[in-house]
Amino acid sequence: MLDFVQQLVSGIALGCVYGLIALGFVLVYKATEVVNFAQGDLMMLGGFFAFTFIGILGLNYWIGFAGAVAAMALFGMLAERVVVRPILGYPQFSIIMATIGLGYFLRSVAGIIWGTDDLKIETPFSQGVLRIGSLVLAYDKLSVIAATIILCALLYLFFNRTTLGTAMRASSENMLAAYYMGIPVKRVVSIVWAISAAVATAAGVLLAPITFIHSNVGLVLGLKAFPAAVLGGFGSIPGAVVGGVLIGVIESMAGFYLPQGWKDVAPYVVLLAVLLLKPEGLFGHHVRKKV
Amino acid sequence: MRFMFKTDYEDDIKLFPHSGYMVTYGVLLAFLMVAPFVLSSYLVSQLVFVFIYATVGVGLMILTGFTGQASLGHAAFLAIGAYTAGYLQQYNVPFPVYFLVAGLLTGVVGAMVGFPALRLQGIYLVIATISFAFIIEEILARWESVTHGNEGMRVKALQALGTTVSRDSPSFYFLCLAVLALTIVGTLNLLRSPTGRAFVAIRDSETAARSMGVNVSLYKVKSFAISAAITGFAGVLFAHKMSFISPEMFTLQLSIEFIIVILIGGAFSPHGAVLGAIFIVMIDPFLTYLKDDVPGMIAAVAATFGAGAELAAKIQSNVAAFASANGLKGAIYGVIIVLFVLFEPLGLYGRWLKIKLFFQLFPLYKRATFKRQKIYVKSERNR
Repeated sequence: MLDFVQQLVSGIALGCVYGLIALGFVLVYKATEVVNFAQGDLMMLGGFFAFTFIGILGLNYWIGFAGAVAAMALFGMLAERVVVRPILGYPQFSIIMATIGLGYFLRSVAGIIWGTDDLKIETPFSQGVLRIGSLVLAYDKLSVIAATIILCALLYLFFNRTTLGTAMRASSENMLAAYYMGIPVKRVVSIVWAISAAVATAAGVLLAPITFIHSNVGLVLGLKAFPAAVLGGFGSIPGAVVGGVLIGVIESMAGFYLPQGWKDVAPYVVLLAVLLLKPEGLFGHHVRKKV
Repeated sequence: MRFMFKTDYEDDIKLFPHSGYMVTYGVLLAFLMVAPFVLSSYLVSQLVFVFIYATVGVGLMILTGFTGQASLGHAAFLAIGAYTAGYLQQYNVPFPVYFLVAGLLTGVVGAMVGFPALRLQGIYLVIATISFAFIIEEILARWESVTHGNEGMRVKALQALGTTVSRDSPSFYFLCLAVLALTIVGTLNLLRSPTGRAFVAIRDSETAARSMGVNVSLYKVKSFAISAAITGFAGVLFAHKMSFISPEMFTLQLSIEFIIVILIGGAFSPHGAVLGAIFIVMIDPFLTYLKDDVPGMIAAVAATFGAGAELAAKIQSNVAAFASANGLKGAIYGVIIVLFVLFEPLGLYGRWLKIKLFFQLFPLYKRATFKRQKIYVKSERNR
């Protein structure tokens, strides 16, 4: 039983990370119908930025964190401007390829600049555990869970309660109509990319004590975040986090109770099953086809 | 300038629209026939890889280019073909038999992937095919009694007609060339048939195709099966060429390379697959060249423009260090993909067509002929 709870908690913590990356997918998808295959790599780059600020320049953890988030928000805007804007509105396949290319580029460049070693950031939560009875919970995992809840709530409020959030949803439904209604579609898309890169950075920095930072971490985790986003229904913010948590728990449980090898495959098996049985995901709303 | 008047349907679907094509392809074929006896063995080996990649490219093109179903899981089909060949070969099954069995088996698996894919579109299909590829990769690593797991599997030299065909021999080269040529001709014929036109109709508009009486589900599954089968055939050749196969050769990276083949070549003509395959295969030698020769050349240029010997040596070592950086290949891939998507979505073949058109229309060519229109999209969610 204790094993089970322990696995559950570490699964939830891992799942929150998937959820945070999936949040990035969902934000961009919700606003622009673009699926950003480089999301995991943005996370990786954010981690490296934070490492540069905290580990090399020796700034305070929180200042470094904020600096990395700000820098990556700018970088997100830049990436949108250079790679995505010229092909906005073209078939999804082109955009997927462009973001895959962007991901390749970021991964290689990060590898060239920061090397291929595992890097580590000293965080205020690195040491220390919370003991409840004989249950041992590490602070770094708890911090990931807490941050996910906060970010998720903020983004949910942002999308549903603010003018800018409404503008984003409008431009996703029909770009041209949104444009005619006076929404600056291009600027909206820019801001969405900035937010999504910032969220990815937060995920990367929180994750740094658990998985370390190296140039391939984005690919590995980014590919795990897809099942999370699909499971939750692409385009639903709570769905992304719930999907992420489910995937994390499934992976953690599969690693513990099933024979070796299932751990890596289980998320994808679940994903295929979900796609077959309920393609709109757990939280997605079913839309009728119109001709 | 050549005017072509197409007066009936037969004119429109000719394999060779005019005699110029026959001359060009004849010369190309003649060159390829003598190539293994003239070129160095290294170049011949590279050509064999070009043939294999181009075969996969044509297979993927049927699915992605003509039916409009994206797939990032073709490495898995290649793996199934390769492993079937490797496994059957252990039991002394003759080459023609396991070649066909591998293709058929991959085709069947492809159809099995096609059925679930019927309900999926766009991004969901891409993610589903990635998942499928991951699952296959894991099965290859775990099913040790058949695949030898992560240790990998040796593939013996090809035995056919009582002789051993080594992987570097001209015979193997001709085998790969023949498979590619048959695939291309077969694909062109397929595209002229009702099946091929149904594929294109589905790509352009599923709803319109359905209302014209095209059985969309059937043709999507067919497209998956044909595409997978071609990839399976290429897998057999791949296994023989590598002479050793292991699960980590068939990763997402390889699937992406296949997509790059048709993206860079141009997704709507077999020419594109061949050009893309040449590109993918040549990038490694190009990087080696960049590492070995280019720094010296740059230093020599710097020296002629008055830089001292010391400075030239420094430039040389800096350039060499940059060129041998670990991830340079990935960065080049990334930049090239992005540039092609942004500036030449029709790929190298599209560029060639544009150049050709420029000369055909010479004094009358308008610069805006291929200008991309600004488009806005409605949500795909409601489509």
